[in-house]
Amino acid sequence: MIELLTTKYTYLVVVALLAIGAYVMIESDNFVKKIIGLNVFQTGIFVFFISSAFRTGGESPVVQSGGGGGPFVSPLPHVLILTAIVVGVSLTAVALGLVIRIYGSYGTVNEDTLAEVRADD
Amino acid sequence: MTDAFVPLLVTVPMLGAVLAVATGLASERGPPAVAGGTLAVQTVLAVWIGTDAIANGPLSTEVGGFVAPYGIELVVDGLSAVVVTLVAVVSLAILVYAIRDDPSGTPFYTEYLLLVTGLSGMAVTGDVFNLYVFLEISGLATYALVASAGTGRSAVSALKYLMFGTVAASLYLLGVGYALVATGTLNMADLSVKLAEAGYDSTLVLASFGFIVVGLATKTALFPLHTWQPDAYNDAPDSVSALIAALVSTVAGYALLRLVYTVYTPAFFEAVPVARTALIVFACVSIVVGSVLAVAQSEIKRMLAYSSVSQYGLVVVGLAIGTRAAVFGAIVHLVGHAIMKGGLFVTAGTVDDVLGAKTVDEYAGLADRYPVLGGASAVLMLAMVGIPPAVGFAGKWYIALGAVQAGAWPVAVVIFGSTLLTLAYFARVIERMYVAPAAARDVAAADGGLGDDLLPTTPPRSLVALVVGAAVVAIVLGLAVTDLQTILEPTLDSLLSP
Repeated sequence: MIELLTTKYTYLVVVALLAIGAYVMIESDNFVKKIIGLNVFQTGIFVFFISSAFRTGGESPVVQSGGGGGPFVSPLPHVLILTAIVVGVSLTAVALGLVIRIYGSYGTVNEDTLAEVRADD
Repeated sequence: MTDAFVPLLVTVPMLGAVLAVATGLASERGPPAVAGGTLAVQTVLAVWIGTDAIANGPLSTEVGGFVAPYGIELVVDGLSAVVVTLVAVVSLAILVYAIRDDPSGTPFYTEYLLLVTGLSGMAVTGDVFNLYVFLEISGLATYALVASAGTGRSAVSALKYLMFGTVAASLYLLGVGYALVATGTLNMADLSVKLAEAGYDSTLVLASFGFIVVGLATKTALFPLHTWQPDAYNDAPDSVSALIAALVSTVAGYALLRLVYTVYTPAFFEAVPVARTALIVFACVSIVVGSVLAVAQSEIKRMLAYSSVSQYGLVVVGLAIGTRAAVFGAIVHLVGHAIMKGGLFVTAGTVDDVLGAKTVDEYAGLADRYPVLGGASAVLMLAMVGIPPAVGFAGKWYIALGAVQAGAWPVAVVIFGSTLLTLAYFARVIERMYVAPAAARDVAAADGGLGDDLLPTTPPRSLVALVVGAAVVAIVLGLAVTDLQTILEPTLDSLLSP
């Protein structure tokens, strides 16, 4: 248990982030907070990939001329997550754009209030 | 030689999207013209590359010159060829409707082309992470297209769709991460070998399968992960409903098929029978509940949306059973459903434009008033139910045949039962169109408050032609299904080889 906490704690962070993100998405009735929850959830996945790239004593994977060096950490997950972060940013932008549209139409960003407004229509 | 042109399937619509923005600055008529031209080129390209891939075996190309297991590989085999051609042809056909119906300017056409980019990319990629990126590209374009109706309601539906879609794609990404940790590779062909080496019963491989299936099943809209779908289809502009109902979930279903057979391979199902059973049960529940919910709807677009939940259940049952006939049936139903559902959504949109009729009751007397439109849509509905010789029958027949061959009798019973339920909700519409007196419809239209004089009284010819075309294709595909089986034979061999 202690060993898990000291050497694999980033995976516990992953679990915590995924759980917090999912909880906020489900529990909050504020659209902006839901989007924040979504971001936290995605960040959990990013941390998972980055953690998986780690190796003890690994260096940053810059190979000197003539080769050699190392051991290196795996560069692949870093590249993947760079792409995933870009995707996440675009998603956040689209989501916030939609929230602005919802606010413009109904004057609220609250899910429950929205349901009431729509029931009155 | 043709290999070198495979990346064009992705880059042509992507460049078209940029060009649409550029011409949109100069003239309002630019973007629709660019979209039409791009999709015409894309269709020619897809047909050409697709025929070549089917005739001469799979084509593949390594993007950017990075060697295959490390770099991204684009692969066109028989299955991708069918899907990429379907995407090109259907998006071109629905563009005719979109230009007529929702001329919403530059952003609309840009998003439309980006959606085609994402879907074509999903169809041709041979790399699981690349698939994630294309999944998100098509997702982002779809959310924006749903919201392009401009109403508050569509924005709410789009946001809901975005939440579900993003979590789905994130779960898929997590599954890819588990597979990467287990094997150290992202290339599909390479993964299939290395996953076997890692051991199919290892926790990492099982978890990756679970996450990937749940992620893609959400995108495909299987019960109970479908809740985003009826709202999104219902509140989107009519042309967008037709496009996403025909293509977005279809390509997600293709991705599921590709992942299950190319990456995990049938040997995974042999080693972990519980995964197969779980998938079959999941899909059967989706078939039944989707149909029941569809019967309960009064709005046409919503009914069609729930019907999709049940039809994709059929596709997933086919791919989970995994006999040759069942997998072929799943592919046929995937393609057939896209054409039939696309045609039906175009009908729903056209009837709404012409008469303001949105509900089943308001369809009363429709066939008397518009015999061609009514007749073609009735053919599509019966095709969907599975009346021979339409493609809906062919797909269901092969899936049921596969189920019987595999000894999965309960599944065959579910498929038969779902056919009756499908008949229940479509027969209701057909009865309204052909039997109910038109007077009921006139009252409904007068209550609609849309003002009959503002609406065109006859449906535009191009749209009627579109629906008739879809009906003809649905019949022809059903008749030509044995030819399709012959040309897909080598692809099925390679998919099902353990």
